Amino acid sequence: MVPIEHAIALSGLLFTIGLAGALARRNLIVILMSIELMLNAVNLALVAFSRLHGGLEGHVFVLMVIVVAAAEVAVGLGIVISLFRNRETVDVEDVSLLRW
Amino acid sequence: MSVTLFYVFAAIAVAGALSMVLNVRNTVAGALSLVGTMVALGAIYVLLDAYLIGVLQILIYAGAIVVLFLFVVMLLNLREERYPPARGLIGKFVGVAAGAGVLAWFVTVLPGALPEAAAVGEDFGGYRHVGLALFRDYVLAFEVTSLLLLAAMVGAVILAKRRI
Repeated sequence: MVPIEHAIALSGLLFTIGLAGALARRNLIVILMSIELMLNAVNLALVAFSRLHGGLEGHVFVLMVIVVAAAEVAVGLGIVISLFRNRETVDVEDVSLLRW
Repeated sequence: MSVTLFYVFAAIAVAGALSMVLNVRNTVAGALSLVGTMVALGAIYVLLDAYLIGVLQILIYAGAIVVLFLFVVMLLNLREERYPPARGLIGKFVGVAAGAGVLAWFVTVLPGALPEAAAVGEDFGGYRHVGLALFRDYVLAFEVTSLLLLAAMVGAVILAKRRI
């Protein structure tokens, strides 16, 4: 039996790595991948708590998170493609038109 | 046995995540290390008795989402001098500090906070039980996700198409 605390700790570690990547990188594709990593860490926490609790609500929630992640990736990569077509860049520092 | 396997896959997941985030030179290699993380996480789901989620994790994340990333990276045909560098010192510091803060909070809260894991039956997390929960108790949420997928599909096509 896998210790639940350690699964939660792994989830926290992966979320940390994803958060640091999303904040510290400038490549838009890598930022999207870091967000995927954070969603995966949350999924791992949901599965671990579901096992702890003995109920299946966490599994259903994980399915919903997977659907949202797939939709987010499709739209996000569509934005990346149209951005690259217009500006020839994937650097978030070059796309600061709406920033103060 | 399963505890040892858990640590092995946890190490693989963390190594893949780190090499994805730290790899500044090559986005394709970053996406491939993300595949390693996803597959290791799928194995960990199986170890946590979430069999259906483990299968779906490998099918959807490793099989579809990361392949979509690879398609886009290769479609854009980024050359190495086009790769944006990592942020300067301040950005790196903010990223690492935010991550370390989350982790420190986690480590202080976690030990001893969880009760014993509940005893579950043989087929906990298999197709039958998750399917029953999904299509009986949460069928409304399941149907609403179809609207979300439709909206995302239309949005992605409109964003990425040259002329509508």
